[in-house]
Amino acid sequence: MKKVLQIILVLTFTAAISGFVLSSVNNWAKPLIEENRIKAISQAIFLVQSEGKRYEKLNFNEMDVFEVFDENDQSIGYAVVHQGNGFQGTIKLIFGINKDLNKITAIEILEQVETPGLGSLITEDNFKNRFKNLNTQPLIQVVKGKKPSHDNEVQAITGATISSKAVVRIVNEAAEKLKKLNGIKK
Amino acid sequence: MKKQENLFYEFLKGLWEINPTFKQILGMCPTLAVTVSAINGLAMGLATTFVLIFSSVIISSIRKIVPNQVRIATYILIISTFVTIVDLVMKAKFPELSKALGPFIPLIVVNCIILGRAEAFASKNNVVRSFLDALGNGTGFLLALLALGSIRELLGTRSIFGFQILLDGFSTWMVMILPAGGFLTLGLLLGSANAYTNWKKRKSKKEILITNSILR
Repeated sequence: MKKVLQIILVLTFTAAISGFVLSSVNNWAKPLIEENRIKAISQAIFLVQSEGKRYEKLNFNEMDVFEVFDENDQSIGYAVVHQGNGFQGTIKLIFGINKDLNKITAIEILEQVETPGLGSLITEDNFKNRFKNLNTQPLIQVVKGKKPSHDNEVQAITGATISSKAVVRIVNEAAEKLKKLNGIKK
Repeated sequence: MKKQENLFYEFLKGLWEINPTFKQILGMCPTLAVTVSAINGLAMGLATTFVLIFSSVIISSIRKIVPNQVRIATYILIISTFVTIVDLVMKAKFPELSKALGPFIPLIVVNCIILGRAEAFASKNNVVRSFLDALGNGTGFLLALLALGSIRELLGTRSIFGFQILLDGFSTWMVMILPAGGFLTLGLLLGSANAYTNWKKRKSKKEILITNSILR
């Protein structure tokens, strides 16, 4: 009987102390973690909309859309966060698009687990710059092994066609969904 | 009662004699997975050492009141508490690092080095010895991860800790930062560690033979 009591007491006390310690650490860490998340997002937004000075989150259930304003408080377009399947896992990216929803301003990769050295090249400027001023209507196309000849074409990375195509697919998907946004806005 | 070793030895043995990576071959999963760069290896080593030290000290200090039947449950509870603390602190203070190490920080809970040292050492020895044992084992693990990470980063990206060491003419070995490179590097390091141990053993045996023949 004494043994049973000891077992119960030891486990209860250990669990109680552990719970208390964890909740205090969590209370301290939670606002900081939230702050980091917001900082990371606002940094990314101003990277893809370089003229932006302020942004506002829009009410759009399917993905995170931010309307970006310039120094005169004029809306200059949107920053869109979207994700989808890459070669090995999820690719999460953010891209800026103009007010008419037909021109990409810039693109940033937020999260990816593509093959290092091949698919991971999608995070390099060399690839990201290929999206600048790209036309999204009609949808972006991937071309292989040759320079793009239209303003809606992106050249795939050699040896990482799947990752390149994945990025384009995610951007296209988001751009399509975004067109619905025009209806619900304000 | 076995002979009590001196205190310094309790620390020192973790560095080489029972090094978690090279001698006990424990905790291979994080070892292989996170060591794509020196900084990742260092961070993983530090996080594991922190958890190892605190859980060893606490487990050792309550070893007399924890009933045998629930000891593992209690150990896991203590270990996971510290792991969660590390995870939260890293997310709050070092978001970049936390992102790079991903799920491997929470997985320290099931790192067999920690439970292994708790069961094999901390539950049988006093607090001071357990602290030194944990510090030694943690440092040994950290050094092993740092070595692996540095080698892989150097050959895979020409740099260590992000500073370029090899010239541009050196073409990078992509395989080193892929999972295969982890196995290759670990295998070669393990092989060299064993070769060195064997060589030392043979040498000391030879010395004994020589002294014996002289004495004769």
